Amino acid sequence: MNTRIPRTLFALGTAVLLTTACTPAPKENKVADPGTRVAGNVELWHFFTEREAQAIEQVVADFQTGHPAIKVTVKSGQDDSKVTQAIGAGNGPDVGLSYSTDIVGKFCSSGAWVDLKPYLERDRVDLGQLNVTTRSYTEFDGKRCAMPFLADAYGMYYNKDLFAKAGIAGPPKTLAELTEDAKKLTVRNPDGSLKQVGFLPLYDFYENAAAHLAPATGAKWLTGDGKSAVGTDPNWKTLLTWQKDLVDWYGYDNLTKFKAGLGDEFSADNAFQKGQVAINIDAEYRLAFLKDQAPKLKYGVAPLPTSDPARYGGGYVTGNIMGISKNAKNPEAAWELIKYLTTDDAAVTKLAGLIKNVPTTTKSIADPALNADPDFKAFIDIFNNPNSMTSPPSASGPAYQETFQQFLIKYQSGKVADLDGGLADADKQINSVMTLGG
Amino acid sequence: MDGVRLRRGLTTFSFLAPALIGIAVFFGYPLISAVYFSFTKFDLLSVPQWVGLSNYRQMADDPFLLQAVRNTLWMVMVFVPVRIIFTIGLAMLLAQLKRGAGFFRTILYLPSLVPSVAATIAFVYLLKPGTGPVNHLLEKIGINGPLWFNSPAWAKPSLVLLGLWACGDLMIIFLAAVLGVPESLYEAASLDGANAWHKFRSITLPSIRPVILFAAVTGVIYTLQYFDQAAVAGSIASGQATVGAGISQSFGYPEGSTFTYPLWLYTSGFRYNALGYANALAIALFVVALAVTVILLRRAKAFSGEES
Repeated sequence: MNTRIPRTLFALGTAVLLTTACTPAPKENKVADPGTRVAGNVELWHFFTEREAQAIEQVVADFQTGHPAIKVTVKSGQDDSKVTQAIGAGNGPDVGLSYSTDIVGKFCSSGAWVDLKPYLERDRVDLGQLNVTTRSYTEFDGKRCAMPFLADAYGMYYNKDLFAKAGIAGPPKTLAELTEDAKKLTVRNPDGSLKQVGFLPLYDFYENAAAHLAPATGAKWLTGDGKSAVGTDPNWKTLLTWQKDLVDWYGYDNLTKFKAGLGDEFSADNAFQKGQVAINIDAEYRLAFLKDQAPKLKYGVAPLPTSDPARYGGGYVTGNIMGISKNAKNPEAAWELIKYLTTDDAAVTKLAGLIKNVPTTTKSIADPALNADPDFKAFIDIFNNPNSMTSPPSASGPAYQETFQQFLIKYQSGKVADLDGGLADADKQINSVMTLGG
Repeated sequence: MDGVRLRRGLTTFSFLAPALIGIAVFFGYPLISAVYFSFTKFDLLSVPQWVGLSNYRQMADDPFLLQAVRNTLWMVMVFVPVRIIFTIGLAMLLAQLKRGAGFFRTILYLPSLVPSVAATIAFVYLLKPGTGPVNHLLEKIGINGPLWFNSPAWAKPSLVLLGLWACGDLMIIFLAAVLGVPESLYEAASLDGANAWHKFRSITLPSIRPVILFAAVTGVIYTLQYFDQAAVAGSIASGQATVGAGISQSFGYPEGSTFTYPLWLYTSGFRYNALGYANALAIALFVVALAVTVILLRRAKAFSGEES
């Protein structure tokens, strides 16, 4: 009798059983009664390093002073993939701090981070102290599994010396003005190549991702049922047409050649810091780089120019997020720590001052010390502006944005002749890629 | 008698056990798991759901997969043969050296010791248009250098250049093979009036054929799994390199020209949370690598006159 087949089948069956047995199962999350004393160890994983990691240590030390029964172990330099793998393997940290709102969809829908609603309701935490945008990127399908840990607001930086030299009085407020100023600020070499660029409009340049530019026209990513809206929202067409006109004015090849010679975004050779680009899209964290790497540069900060003047004042908003792993060993202590770091006004203000990010609670936003710096205040204003937008969480993470980015790169290079048809195809591709992750 | 055989068998098995356990735990189990997960919708965080052949069907409509396959095929068709020809040439040159052979062997071997990430970063900066020294040198001799890693047309050839620079490991193997060809064969050919080309074609090539086959098989498998250099080159050349956040945003830069199959596998699995689909991609890659290896081995046997 041939015993190989049964043996092989047995081995396969065992392996499959082992595989399925090793995959995580959902766990019910129960919260303690109000007033229960919280104690024990809690582990916090975050992605920060160096100066920013030291800031976390300082504020966690403050937390421990006020909560002597809780001992916090902090592990720095832990990115999202490590957190995901740890949770998947059943050893997730009590508290995870992520740099990306892209994981909210996955972590909420899969239950990797527990629903915080029971904790919020028990402790009567007022979510009204967070603005609408911040609230929207920390929940998915009505489930709040994350809390905002500081925010990033994106606006426009402009070089005051180059503006004065070109005879421009102030920052552009509309896309038409941005085009006009960009042309005035551009300097060409005798052979026609670019020496200095007013505004470098390519989508793959530094922070020019579509998500950061979308608030300029109010373009929306997804429909109410979670499908791609890029082909149906006319605001995308407005943005794309404006950008392509400017690219064509420069010449796509000229721009790519100029861009290829520029320094890295996060280095002292950053093109804006070196005066090679006069107007740039960037976030509040650039202020710390400018202070450190280009202290002599005279620059100004303003909201993103818009197609409709009525929309002026906003920009793109995103931020860091915190949540409790479904396999947290001490979820009550984890919640205490999250509550402190995300809703305690003094803690949030201190963190914002140390890390140089925008604070998220109503009182910390109004802190006089943070608002004393007019450049930082400009970003706080952008953060508060009702026209500011974020990118919606999705179960497939940033798939919809990155798929569209591929289309935009093709379009800006002139490889898409029919914009309407291209956007319709992009819709199909985005919907297809989004179904990969379920 | 049976007891002796059993004891011998157990002794043999005990010696083989560490390797067998290693293969079972680190190859067999992951492979079977990957096959299982390829039939599921799975995001690492929740219970996998059986979806049958859905992941495999989805490959037919995947625009990123098409782009990734095209780029990977380009690398297999161009990089693998160019690397083999280039290293054979280097090995032949080194074999001819009478003085300083040790020095040149060391110099040419050293780049292969450099970690691939560090080598790629260095290469991108060397070839960076505007600030890199290579284009400055080219400009001095009147050549307007290309955009290298910033040009969709030049990005893959630049990766090939990087691969050639770091070919020391393969060069050493070819050198050993070339030096292993009996000198008497060349002497006999010289007496028969053969020139250098005749000697190379009729003596050297047939003698080093097993090594060429080895280089082809390992080269194809290596290129099908081409990840590090493509990922790092795209990230650094785009000027958007960061630590941690959005690592795959710059995959494929510029214009998707360096977007290889493993990059798509990684992105779909770990960035878009489609681990089931990523497993299906991995299984497809495994099948293709196995098929190419079998075909190459069979063709090689046919060429050398052995039974195919």
